[in-house]
Order: sequence, then C-alpha cells, then structure tokens
Amino acid sequence: MTALLEISGLCKAYPGVVANDDVSFAIQPGEVHALLGENGAGKSTLVKMIYGLVKPDHGTMRLRGAPYAPAEPRAARAAGVAMVFQHFSLFEALSVAENIALGMEDPPKPRDLAARISAVSQAYGLPLDPFRLVGDLSAGERQRVEIIRCLLQDPKLLIMDEPTSVLTPQEVEILFHTLRKLAAEGTAILYISHKLEEIRTLCDAATILRLGRKVGECTPAAVTAAHMAELMVGKSLAQPARAAQAPGAVLLAINGLNLPATSSFGTSLRDVRFSVRAGEILGIGGVAGNGQDELLSVLSGEITTAPDTITLAGAPIGALGPHARREKGVLCAPEERLGHAAAPDMSLTENALLTARIRRGLDQGGFVDWARTREFAQEIITRFDVRTPGTEVVARALSGGNLQKFVIGREILQAPSVLVVNQPTWGVDASAAAAIRQALLDLAQGGAAVIVISQDLDELLEIADRFCALNEGRMSSARDARALSMEEIGLMLGGAHDMAEVVA
Amino acid sequence: MIALEKRPQPARGWVIGAPLLAVVLTMIAGGIMFAALGKDPVGAIRIIFWDPLFSEQFSGYSRPQLLVKAGPLILIAIGLSLGFRAGIWNIGAEGQYIVGALCGAAFGLAFWPSTHPLIFPGMVLAGLLGGVLWAMIPALLRVYARTNEILVSLLLVYVAEAMLASAATGWLRNPEGAGFPGSRNLARHAGTDNPELIAGTGMHWGVLAAFVAVIMAYVIMTRHVLGYQIRLAGQAPRAARFGGVNAGRLVILCMGVSGALAGMAGLFEVAGPAGRISIDFNVGYGFTAIIVAFLGRLNPIGILLAGLLLALTFIGGELAQLMLGIPAPAIQAFQGMLLFFLLALDVLANYRVKLKRRVAA
Repeated sequence: MTALLEISGLCKAYPGVVANDDVSFAIQPGEVHALLGENGAGKSTLVKMIYGLVKPDHGTMRLRGAPYAPAEPRAARAAGVAMVFQHFSLFEALSVAENIALGMEDPPKPRDLAARISAVSQAYGLPLDPFRLVGDLSAGERQRVEIIRCLLQDPKLLIMDEPTSVLTPQEVEILFHTLRKLAAEGTAILYISHKLEEIRTLCDAATILRLGRKVGECTPAAVTAAHMAELMVGKSLAQPARAAQAPGAVLLAINGLNLPATSSFGTSLRDVRFSVRAGEILGIGGVAGNGQDELLSVLSGEITTAPDTITLAGAPIGALGPHARREKGVLCAPEERLGHAAAPDMSLTENALLTARIRRGLDQGGFVDWARTREFAQEIITRFDVRTPGTEVVARALSGGNLQKFVIGREILQAPSVLVVNQPTWGVDASAAAAIRQALLDLAQGGAAVIVISQDLDELLEIADRFCALNEGRMSSARDARALSMEEIGLMLGGAHDMAEVVA
Repeated sequence: MIALEKRPQPARGWVIGAPLLAVVLTMIAGGIMFAALGKDPVGAIRIIFWDPLFSEQFSGYSRPQLLVKAGPLILIAIGLSLGFRAGIWNIGAEGQYIVGALCGAAFGLAFWPSTHPLIFPGMVLAGLLGGVLWAMIPALLRVYARTNEILVSLLLVYVAEAMLASAATGWLRNPEGAGFPGSRNLARHAGTDNPELIAGTGMHWGVLAAFVAVIMAYVIMTRHVLGYQIRLAGQAPRAARFGGVNAGRLVILCMGVSGALAGMAGLFEVAGPAGRISIDFNVGYGFTAIIVAFLGRLNPIGILLAGLLLALTFIGGELAQLMLGIPAPAIQAFQGMLLFFLLALDVLANYRVKLKRRVAA
C-alpha cells in the first residue's frame, strides 16, 4: 500500500535554532497519527511545512506517491491537506456560514452553503446551526466551525493542532467520535497533542520529536503514557508530590460578587462566592470565556469592587488597586502572557519589575535599582529553568512555555500569601508543566492559599484540594477534588449548578 | 523579490547608523535635485550643512541662531515625548506655547516698569502654569469624559491663537505704541528680559532649560519608576494596568509636563528672541516639535540631536535661498527628503532585508 504522505529527511533551520533536523515518517490512509513532543520540539514547524506555510531547507515530501511541495496553504488545500489551528481565525460578529464562506476559494450561494454545512455537521455528529453568530458560540462549537470548514474541502489529510485544549470532557468524546468516523472513511489525521492518555485512546501510530529530531515511533495503545513521556523528554518524569496537611484558616473570601460584562463578548459574573484556606489549592475548572478573565481581573485589583466583596483574612480589600493588593500579599498570574502578564517588547529584567517592585524592594525613592532587578530576573531564570540567552532578552522572544515559567516564577518568588493563576500550564510542555505544578504545590505546602483557574481537568485533579466550576459567570459550590468522578465534573462544567446540593 | 523579516530584537547598530545613512542619502538625493535646478549641488549642500556653523562670513549670525531655534523645539519635544511614549497624544503644544507666553508676558507687564529681580522668575512660573492650564483641558476631558485628547488639544490651538490676537490688539497692547498691535518689548527692559547668557552663542535661559529637560527626561526614562510606567503604558496598556499603573493619573501627569514645558518655551521666546506679544508671535514651534520628537525616536538624546539638525536645516535653508537663489519650495522638499529618509530607514532597525526568489505556485 502506498503511504498517503511520506516525509523524508525534512530540515528547517531558523537563525540560531534548528527547528527540524532530518525528520522522516509516513502516514497511511485512514490512520490517526499522533505527533508528540515538548514545546520547541519542532512540531509546529513540521506541520507548517506540510501545510505550505513554511518551506523546508532540505528534504522531500510525497503525497499519494507524487512529489508534494506546497508553496502556500492554498496549494496544500488543493492537494487535499487541511488544518485546524489551535487558535481559531473566526470573526465573532459574523455567522457560522459567513465565516466558512470567507475561507473558501469560490463560495456557493449562502443558502446552498448553509445546507451543505448542515449536511456535513449531521453526517459527522457535529451539531452546528449555520446561522448563529460565532460570538455566541462556545469554544467547542467554534472548533466545530473550523473542522467543518476543513471537511467541506473533502480533505485526504486533516491536521489538528492541540484540538482538545479548549473542550469539556463531553465535547472531547464528540470530537473523537467524529475523528474516528473520518478515519474509517479513509481520511488520515495528523494529531498534535500534549495529552498522552488521549493519544493512547485515539491514535493508531505516533511519531515523537525531541529538539527537532525524530526520536521514536510507537503504537500508542501498546505502550504506557509514561513511556511516551520519557521518549518526549528524554528522561523520566517526576510526578508532583505532596504531603497531606490540614488546611488552615480562611485567607481569601469572595462574598457575592456581581460584575456586569465589560464588552459585548465579555461575560458577566453573577453572585460568585467562594473561599480559600491557607495551605489549600482551590481548582476552578471551566472552558475559557466563562468568566475566568473577569474573575482574575477582580482578584488582581484591575477591576475594583465594593470593599466587602473580597476579604483577606477578614479585612476588606475589594476597593484596593493592584499595588495595594500586592503589598498585602495577594498576587496573580494572568492567562495572557504577552500583553497582560508581561510586556512583549520589554526585557525580562523590565518584566521582573512589573509586579515585583514593592515586595522585592526594587526601587529606592522612586528610582529603579536595575542591578537588583536584574538579579531578581536572574533568580527567576535559574530557579524556574527559564531557557533564555539572558535577562536582557525581550519577552516576546521567549517561547510560550518559557515565558510562562518566568511569569509564574516571578510571582512565586515574591512569597505570596494568596496566589491566583489562570491557565498555569497552557501550551507548556510536560516537564515544564510538572515543574510549575510542583512549585504551586510547594507554595501551598508553605502555607499560602492558591487558586488555580484551568481548563485542564487532569491538572486540577492532580493538584487541587477542592474543585469548583465556572460556567457562564456562575460558580458552582466547591467540592472535595479527590471524591469527584469525571462524569460529575462534566456536569459541573456544563452548568448543573445545583448538582452539588443534590449529591452532597 | 525583496522581503522584510522582523528581527527578534531591534538591531543596535542600525539605531545609530540609520540616521547617519539618512543624512548621506538626503545629501545625494538633494544634490541631484539642486543640480536639476541648475544650481551647484556641492555648494548648496555645503551652504546648508556647513556654512551656518563654520563659514567666517555667516557663522557670526547663524551660529547663535542654531541654539535660538533649537532651544524651544527641544524643550517642547521633550515634554511631548513623555506623553507619546505612554500613548497620550498632545498635538496642541502650539496652543500651550501661546498661552504660556501670554500668561508670562501678562505677569511681567502687570508690574511694569518695575525691575525687581523676582519678576523674571515670576514670569517663568506664570508661563509654566499657563501651559499646564491649557494642557489640563484636554487631559481632564479625556480622563473624566473620555474625549479624544488629539482633537481637543489641536482645536484649543485655534482658541489660543484667537486669544493671542485679542491680547496683541487689545488687553496687552503697548499703550505707548501709537495704536499699533503688539505689546511692550519685554526683551529690551531689564527685569523682564530673557538675555543671551554667553555673548555670541544664542544661549538664553530657555536653551539652558531645554538642556536641563533633556537630562532630566533621560534620567526619568531610564532610572525612575515613572519612566518605566510611561513606557509600559505605551507598549502594553493591559500589562500596565495589571502592574498597578493608574492610567488617568498618567494622562494628567504627561499632559501637565508637556504643557508646562511648552508654556515655558513660549515665555522664554516672548521675553527673548521674539521680544513681545504680537499677532504672529507663534511660528509653529509647537507643531515642528512633534516632528522633532519622532525624529529623535522619542529618546531625549535623540531629540536633542534632532532639534539641532532640524534647526540647522532651517537656518542653512534660509541661507541657501539668500545666497544661491534656490527657491523656497526646493528647500522644503529637501527638508522633506531628510524626514523621509530618516523615517524610512527606521525600518532597518526592526527588520532585516532579505532577497528571496519567488517560488512559482
């Protein structure tokens, strides 16, 4: 049998880094093929070359036996290669059908297109109304728009980049069902993910990259997740460890927070109440866009509220701004690293100053002590294994995972009494994620209250003591994380808010 | 095909090299233009860039003019650059300059003909406050009413010009001036004058203030928390809010500082080189300073050099018109070329030029 896509000896170098070095593998028709690797292992570059976004320096590709060298994505699509990106490129103010029409070479009439969308969405079990505004859709539904956009081209190879990172467990099931059906019809799928258990259930074959080179191949179902992780990282992974301890007194409490949406696509928070104790990690689950950003802004002091809405050890802090809260020990690490947690065009030294000036005493009478600030940046880099040429590199030059380590490290090294982190390991590779989780556990161990807002349920179950879910701006009541099943969590995430009372 | 590739970091060498290359390219392109007009290109370039400073014949007059013209440009541009770095667009420095001159002159004339030593410092203070006052209108409107400071500050220039006209023809008119518009001459009266501090250099208090402003701005931008917050607010507003920067306070502060410096520049001008309030007292320093600020890449040292360079082309341009009969539009085109090359070559600092062969699709 001829392989659908055969890659041999692909190389691509950028100034200073070799992204891909002599990578070869083959994808068979109807195969779900996983592409595994840490951040910076070269997965993105490789799929970009297949999709015609990047031109390889050396090496050849053959599609169904014929030489294949797409000069641009349009050529790749014409050859039957489609891709669903991790970040969606959709217009929120347009309908589903309009968005899909925008990506087509010569779109059919709107009514015909809508009919085709409905037909495809039903055939593959992806319910989607072509006339709804994208702005009103959940992340999972938006992803369906992207998938259907690809399926309308009748692809032979579908590339999916981290498709499940934004989905609830139930939505993941639906997606897998669709992908299996596609594979059964002969479409090959190249599947990029960090989530090893998913790969074991879904994929027929896996290619593993490390530092731009192919380091192994395996049949995922036949090996353990730990084995794949070791191939990826090149060493065995330590599971985050923790000692059981009794939680202390309530440190931070939110007492009935109501916040109207700040933009038309924002979420309003409704009667949110919860509390965290010293030495405890509270996990807040939920799909992004359900009020996570808003909640973080309220906790960081970027949005202030009535004083009594938020209390720290009983004292009202709701009306205090970010500086005053930091003085009191409430620190935050927002989700958006570039532009919110860090200034993209400033150096790491300057970014270290962003939040640490007061607690680390980095200024004297208003004058910045750059030497001490640089030392602090260096301390973060050393302690959190941030891979960077130095402290004077601008933040946007770092990979997402490395910048995330820097941001989390900056807050943790300020010895917070309350730390709020939003999506601590989003886009971070397995070993760095494990290091970040361990640091959060250690922080709680030391008596701090930690709030982790995350879409990654495995992560929350691994480190959180209690779990609650944020859905459309409402918060479920918190429950003991160790006693929860995936099914119950799915219901909590789906907005069955009264479930806690029914079950408890 | 030529393609641009974004550099991971701005290239250090080009930040300095690009302006020098721009000056050279301007000389070449300008020389071609002058030659096409039938003038001696080498002589023209020489008269614009060299003679104002070094020729025995002209430098006696031109050399002091360099500081006289560059002083207010630099002083105003420094103030503007703080706001521009923070994303606060004060376009109305010309108006703040006029109001500063009016307030300062009014203070001095109120005590006429006293020569008390505190009168001149009082005039400086009044000029400063006048500029701040005029800048606070767009600042407060932006913070409390969310208006656009670009429009408000710009439109207030025309209000200030109307006030200037009414002052020159009415309430500040020289009572001994035989009915002609214009105030008493402040520069020729001890106590209200802003004298040349070192004879033959053009150095007056305003030029000194400009140099002090350059140094202070440099220190604030590189060493002080305020400068850090200004840069942060301009580059990443959301990160600034997260970092605890109070956006409203920053607007008031930056507008206030730029208003204060523009107002002072106006006072130094009216009490020195201009001498008196007249209908056409303002000559566009407030607008030209915007060019100076950007030409200097919003960097204090860069602004100092850009102010001197622009002043040189003004003086040299006048000289070339006078001596070689080069038409004024050609001089303006020459100055335009300089700005064009400076800004166009800026791209080299942030991008790398690459030659690519086009691949057939």
